[in-house]
Amino acid sequence: MSRAMMRLARRVVGKNASVPVRGASTQSRASIETFMKNFEQHKTSPTMEHPATSSTFASTPVTEDVKGTPEKMKLNFYLPHDAPFDKTEVDMVLVPATTGDFGVLPGHVPTVSQLRPGVVSVHVSDKDVQRYFVSGGFCFVHADSTTDICAVEAVPVEQLDPEAVKKGLAEHQAKFANAKDDVEKAHAQIGIDCCNAMVSAIEGK
Amino acid sequence: MRAAMKDGARGASMTPRGIAAPVLGGWSAASEGVPANVRTISLQAVKIRMRSVGNIQKITKAMKMVAASRLKGAQTKCEKSRAMVNPFVRLLGDTPGAETEQTLVVPVSSDKGLCGGINTAVVKYSQVLNAMTPGVTYNVIGDKARAQLTRMMPQQINNVIVDTTKQPLTFATASAIADQVVARNAPKTHIVYNRFASAISFKPSVATLMSNEELEKAAEEGVNEFDSYEIEGPDRSEFLLDLSEFKAGVMMYNAMLENNTSELGSRMQSMENSSKNASEMLAKLTLLYNRTRQAAITTELIEIISGASSLESKE
Repeated sequence: MSRAMMRLARRVVGKNASVPVRGASTQSRASIETFMKNFEQHKTSPTMEHPATSSTFASTPVTEDVKGTPEKMKLNFYLPHDAPFDKTEVDMVLVPATTGDFGVLPGHVPTVSQLRPGVVSVHVSDKDVQRYFVSGGFCFVHADSTTDICAVEAVPVEQLDPEAVKKGLAEHQAKFANAKDDVEKAHAQIGIDCCNAMVSAIEGK
Repeated sequence: MRAAMKDGARGASMTPRGIAAPVLGGWSAASEGVPANVRTISLQAVKIRMRSVGNIQKITKAMKMVAASRLKGAQTKCEKSRAMVNPFVRLLGDTPGAETEQTLVVPVSSDKGLCGGINTAVVKYSQVLNAMTPGVTYNVIGDKARAQLTRMMPQQINNVIVDTTKQPLTFATASAIADQVVARNAPKTHIVYNRFASAISFKPSVATLMSNEELEKAAEEGVNEFDSYEIEGPDRSEFLLDLSEFKAGVMMYNAMLENNTSELGSRMQSMENSSKNASEMLAKLTLLYNRTRQAAITTELIEIISGASSLESKE
């Protein structure tokens, strides 16, 4: 190998070493390192760069050392196609979990919960309360007073059309009555539950 | 359109010297007294070539414009889908190096070509993953990676999904595809795709999905912090099952959007290059055409003048 090529190879290695893993926790970082070492041994050409992983571009991991309880907590409210709230400071969030509604204030115990169709109310401040209807998803409350809500779909409650909801409810009830097997029945039941939740969300306004 | 482009590729490899060769041949043939008109045949050949290069340039320019106009929308959609991946990585960790008996690799590629090296990149990284880990099977998305991988390792491909970009991608479509992937029950799944950075650059990326059993194992071994959380909902194994399935949908949606956006950016770039090449070639051909035409005129003039002068000298 000529000297120039050696230099090139070294530069490539150096470049690879600087792939940032800022989003990874310590344990993940070890796993990524093993992966990259393995990659280094098997790559087909010396100029091939290390691939990025999901954590290369992720935001910072959850910090464990929490100093007291902050006054406001950070809310991340994400949908696959949008982010209504991204690292927004809020007072409180009310979340519809499958086991019952619960409120999240700063300093809440770390919790993971599955959501049912219902209303997520975000109390940005005393005067500013935003209500979103979600069809389901997950909510993670982290130790550092950060809350992640991941829903499949969310719409502001005032944008729900009562007429369309009623129509949808009737449609799903008809489907439930005509269901031939358990799968169809389960599908219809999900529709009915979701529509019922929407009806109560509209009425509860 | 595809046939036209292939013609263009052949044209691109042809140097102006190569085009000039038949012209010279034409001249020597003319001196041997073969058909009249022979001087213009070479001109016609150049003219035909010019027209085809011009047409190719029109096509590549149009393709570039189409890609550029679609890029903006795709970029916004893709950037909005990125946020959702973070909470899952933060909660469940990112463990591409976890050792499992089987690994499913999902290369995400495009259905159409003429978009630079993005599909080759995906295939190359998928190959390295195959060498790295034992028991790799493939679940290919997109026609281009399928074409390359079936040639290399036909036995390892167990599913192919194509035509995903005909309509705008929705979360429901991505979830349906993720369902197919999850149904393979692989303990570890790598999604290989190109992450969009800008219209001229993209980063080959590997996203890792772990099955619920693996996640449970990881939680017990302390690889992720899941056990330090209280669970509101079903018990842990069912919760992790739901969570891993949802994560698969989210990751798939993001990966497919990223790759689609990279494809458009890369196509824009490569079509701009081919338009530039075409216009350079057109300039060379135009020069050649004019020179040949002028040479022909000069020859004719010389013939007329020398004929006239020979008549004069006779008188």
